[in-house]
Amino acid sequence: MLKKTSIQNKLRLLRFTHGEMTQADLAERIGVTRQTIIAIEQGRYSPSLEMAFQLAKVFGLPLDEVFQYVEEETS
Amino acid sequence: MNDMSFEEKSVWLNALITLGAVGGYVITVLVRARAIALVDVAYISPMLWAIGWSIVVTIVTHILMACIWPKEADKKDVRDQEINRHGEYAGQVFLVIGGLCAMILAMLKVDHFWIANSVYICFALSNLLSSAFKIYAYRKGIPLC
Repeated sequence: MLKKTSIQNKLRLLRFTHGEMTQADLAERIGVTRQTIIAIEQGRYSPSLEMAFQLAKVFGLPLDEVFQYVEEETS
Repeated sequence: MNDMSFEEKSVWLNALITLGAVGGYVITVLVRARAIALVDVAYISPMLWAIGWSIVVTIVTHILMACIWPKEADKKDVRDQEINRHGEYAGQVFLVIGGLCAMILAMLKVDHFWIANSVYICFALSNLLSSAFKIYAYRKGIPLC
């Protein structure tokens, strides 16, 4: 049986609860393009461990409160 | 266009320029081959023009893009690098095929026309496959291997 894995995140929610931060602001703070933030929020890109830590640090939260590892079973 | 990074725009541009160059070259050769056999067509000049044209147009259009979107011009992040690396790996398939084709055709002493064209077409296909992979990765995400 194959297992499909994915990383989910709360970036969109966290941006709004942190002064309605824009994607461009967040991108600038960690040194990536706005399109990368969009891709992460939409689940089209899994960030590197370093980028994930940088994102968590922006919101002052531990990594597992920003990103969640979800494991799905598929046949 | 606003939802594309500078690198993604570059990939689209690169693919379109390659298609234009190869298309122009193939049409020129086929038009010339109406009166004579394909292997007798003077293909060297159109091929060199197609290669030179695509290099010059790529440079000029990238300069123009940098003028149009100056803030994005030097922005290349880790995702762009990752997508570029995966795309280049994908495109390498045709580089190997092109090299093998040239080697086998040379061993068989086939006309130079076929050797040069197989190498050129494989270069172009490599570029197009690489671009297609990158565009897919930008739009849908990097496929998991």
